[in-house]
Amino acid sequence: MSNTTFQTIQHSKQYNWLVKNLFSSWVNTLMTIIAAIFLYQVGTAFLDWAFFSADFKTNFQGDLITDRNLCSKNIAPGEYGACWAIIYARFDQFMYGLYPVEESWRVNLTYALLPFAIVGLLFDKLPFRKYFIYFTFIFPFIAYFMLYGGPGLSVVGTNKWGGLLVTLFLGVTGIGLAFPLSIALALGRRSQMPIIRSICVVFIEFIRGVPLITLLFTANVMLPLFLPDGVNPDNLLRALVAVTLFQSAYMAEAIRGGLQAIPRGQVEAAQSLGLSYWQTTRKIVLPQALKIAIPPIVNTCIGLFKDTSLVLIIGLFDLLGVGKAALADMSWTKLYYEVYVFIALVFFIFCFGMSRYSLYLEKKLKTDNS
Amino acid sequence: MHNNFVRKIIFDEKLRALVIQTLTIGIFAVIIYLLVKQTAYNLDKRGISSGFDFLGMSAGYDISIRLIPFTSDDTHLRAYFVGLLNTLLIAICGCFLATIIGFLVGIIRLSSNWLFRNIAYVYVEFTRNVPVLLQIILYYSILLHLPKIKQAIVLLDTFYLTNRGLFSPSPIFKEGFSIVIGSFIAALIASFFIKKYLQKKQEQTGKQYPIFLINSALIIFTPIIFYYIMGMPLEFDSPILKGFNFKGGMVVRPEFLGMLFGLSIYTAAFISETVRSGIISVSKGQREASKALGLKNNLMMRLIIIPQALRVIIPPLTSQYLNLTKNSSLGIAIGYADLVHGFGGISLNQTGRAIEIMLIVMFTYLTISLIISFFMNVYNKAVQFKGNA
Amino acid sequence: MSVEQVIQLEKVNKWYDDFHVLKDIDLVVDKGQKIVICGPSGSGKSTMIRCINRLEAHQEGKIVVHGTELTNDLKNIDLIRKNVGMVFQQFNLFPHLTVLENITLAPIWVKKLPKKEAEEIAMSYLEKVKIPEQAEKFPGQLSGGQQQRVAIARSLAMNPDIMLFDEPTSALDPEMIKEVLDVMIQLADEGMTMLVVTHEMGFAKTVADQMIFMDEGRIVEQATPEEFFDNPKSDRTKLFLSQILNH
Repeated sequence: MSNTTFQTIQHSKQYNWLVKNLFSSWVNTLMTIIAAIFLYQVGTAFLDWAFFSADFKTNFQGDLITDRNLCSKNIAPGEYGACWAIIYARFDQFMYGLYPVEESWRVNLTYALLPFAIVGLLFDKLPFRKYFIYFTFIFPFIAYFMLYGGPGLSVVGTNKWGGLLVTLFLGVTGIGLAFPLSIALALGRRSQMPIIRSICVVFIEFIRGVPLITLLFTANVMLPLFLPDGVNPDNLLRALVAVTLFQSAYMAEAIRGGLQAIPRGQVEAAQSLGLSYWQTTRKIVLPQALKIAIPPIVNTCIGLFKDTSLVLIIGLFDLLGVGKAALADMSWTKLYYEVYVFIALVFFIFCFGMSRYSLYLEKKLKTDNS
Repeated sequence: MHNNFVRKIIFDEKLRALVIQTLTIGIFAVIIYLLVKQTAYNLDKRGISSGFDFLGMSAGYDISIRLIPFTSDDTHLRAYFVGLLNTLLIAICGCFLATIIGFLVGIIRLSSNWLFRNIAYVYVEFTRNVPVLLQIILYYSILLHLPKIKQAIVLLDTFYLTNRGLFSPSPIFKEGFSIVIGSFIAALIASFFIKKYLQKKQEQTGKQYPIFLINSALIIFTPIIFYYIMGMPLEFDSPILKGFNFKGGMVVRPEFLGMLFGLSIYTAAFISETVRSGIISVSKGQREASKALGLKNNLMMRLIIIPQALRVIIPPLTSQYLNLTKNSSLGIAIGYADLVHGFGGISLNQTGRAIEIMLIVMFTYLTISLIISFFMNVYNKAVQFKGNA
Repeated sequence: MSVEQVIQLEKVNKWYDDFHVLKDIDLVVDKGQKIVICGPSGSGKSTMIRCINRLEAHQEGKIVVHGTELTNDLKNIDLIRKNVGMVFQQFNLFPHLTVLENITLAPIWVKKLPKKEAEEIAMSYLEKVKIPEQAEKFPGQLSGGQQQRVAIARSLAMNPDIMLFDEPTSALDPEMIKEVLDVMIQLADEGMTMLVVTHEMGFAKTVADQMIFMDEGRIVEQATPEEFFDNPKSDRTKLFLSQILNH
């Protein structure tokens, strides 16, 4: 046992990393080999199917694909991969549903404006943030006018909306409407007045205890029964009601967590300065609570976005519903994997983006508060 | 005077609270009254009667997946129970499978091997960010694409994987099998006593015994030995291909399998995150203190890390179980006969009693949620670290 | 008469990635010696003693504890850990076990003692640190000073030859520091070999045989307490002493 058992040469950083993470022991090395083989097999098979052997708009003979029979894999079975032509062919439906094509610029404009409406809420170091927040407040009216219609623009009924438009509409509007309601519920649940508190608790626990599908059914079937003659909200609006109530209960719980994290001393300091309950809540408690609660709130938003896919069960055509409809079309049946992979990718982009934002926020909060 | 009274209402805390709450109750009462009145009017207008008497009426439809016998002559009430059992079946199987996968993946995420860690990470991120409904539909589509019955995939010479489900032999329990079961139960009980005995011995002498190995061997081998002693009292009714279908045996339907895979794999991704952060949450100092005392790795995990990690893992784990149970209601999308599909869907369409049926369904889910939450709270209180006396 | 050397550090070097945290450390500890290590934060003092029971691994040089060399060999590491006790700044008691169970854990599972014997040993050490009545309580129910004393008893129950202390009183409220230092002084009187990283200079003057000053990963000065406090050789030592002794 001597000095020579230890390296007197410094190995390169990369070498050290490789040893530590992949080859630190016999078991580890074996695991690396197994994983590498697995990755190679699965990775190459998938890439081959999705890209290298796949058709995009034309098949291997150079013909434009308008029907599943023209897909390479159906002409020469076993040699070719995905037939993405179905996505190209029905792209409009995936994005807009049955929205009239000549009016689709309105939807595109709304899509383009949406980031500007949200960015003010998301990044507090933004220059001219104030103006962005003003825009956030007027955006709903602009969007409504753009999408639905009104003076100067033809009316496009919500039964023509579909695909990503419906998914985004339900998600964004649902979250937007649920937000003030959830603040009220969270505050109400912590109220000293027993009646208010009980109502909020019952509401929140009821909504959280039942599956979303039952709420959608209830809204769909029962809403017409509750309302007087003549008032007949369309299907999309009924779904929106259910989605909003659902989201408000979950968001309320996330906000409540934030409220509980505020030390009692904050309220006492405000009270001793003479601030009223509403002043204290608005200026001291809520700003801090919301900041803390944003990561769990974003989590509920991700959940909501995914849950909008449930509306296909009550006959609405969200992104997934349009996908299923496309598969029911005789020209395109049996292209299951192409459609589902595409839809999964779209959802993944939105949801993963939101979760990255949430991680960014959590890091920021940690450094802000340390 | 009058002025004084108004001032009091606004500024006197107690009085103000009373007034607000009375007003709230009043507003709610009015709303509910109007709602009930309007609903009754609408129901009447559409000729829909109300009441729960429909539960006694015959359902008029078949349910393909069921744990208790059911025919189209049976009542809606029985249909409710069939649906409820199906929901509980998929919920329990799903939670079981999801827990196993979730714990495995969670531990792999903490592995020292970079490749394993990141493959698990990719799985978790993809699964968590795609709607569960899409995943269920996807797995169901894959299952429907299995070969037709005539070209079934044969596993181990006894199982047949087809697009109509997994056909497997059904066990027929002959005489004497009850003895085998009895021996299994006896082995379980014996293992309990053996554990206590060996633990006591360790306390007295300090010697450590491989309790887990001994008990596992006992529980596994005793029933096997008795099985052979009793002359193998177990026969299987194997499915035999006759024409276009199998006769005999039993079948696990693709609807069930699709729900099972979809729900378990999805929920497992969330469980794995819970497990991973639970184990990480045990502070580094605990590991260091254990190492400094000379505790070896597996002892450290068993005695120090896992007990503390479980305390952190169990509450969010339970809410994942709740989510899975609620997500089982998506069975309607692929035709799995859970509560929402049969009773909530078909019965509702046939009888038109939307309000009553929805109330029953929602109340059922609420009850399940509250029961699970209640037990979770009890467990949570029991295992809190005692402190700040 | 030769005194046994229980710890030897020879040309020990350690890096955290690119950061050179221990530079050519040479140190010899005799049996029964009390060595107090001080220095500014980040100087590597904690890292050095954590290398001795392999909570950290050194990349270059040689560490020998009680004749056993500290290498990647797990058997050696285990052997060394059984004979070296450590007390942490954050106590690191096991919150889900009672005080008694905290102390009997290692004797039962590492030394494989019968439970009764382990409990007797544990109670005797609890009495030694003057809190036998806390045996059935949980760590969360004790004060900081009591918790640290339990931590000391827990390490002592393994009957180590060497005790390492990593800033044992830095996390304690002022009124509880004395009770912990009293235990450590008693331990020193009984002849335990001790390496103590601390800022408590009063304790150092009472107990230390050798003072070590570390800065930026090196041992800058090593001397008896008298020489160290009255006549420090290095300027850096002088600067450090002036900073901590004058408030």
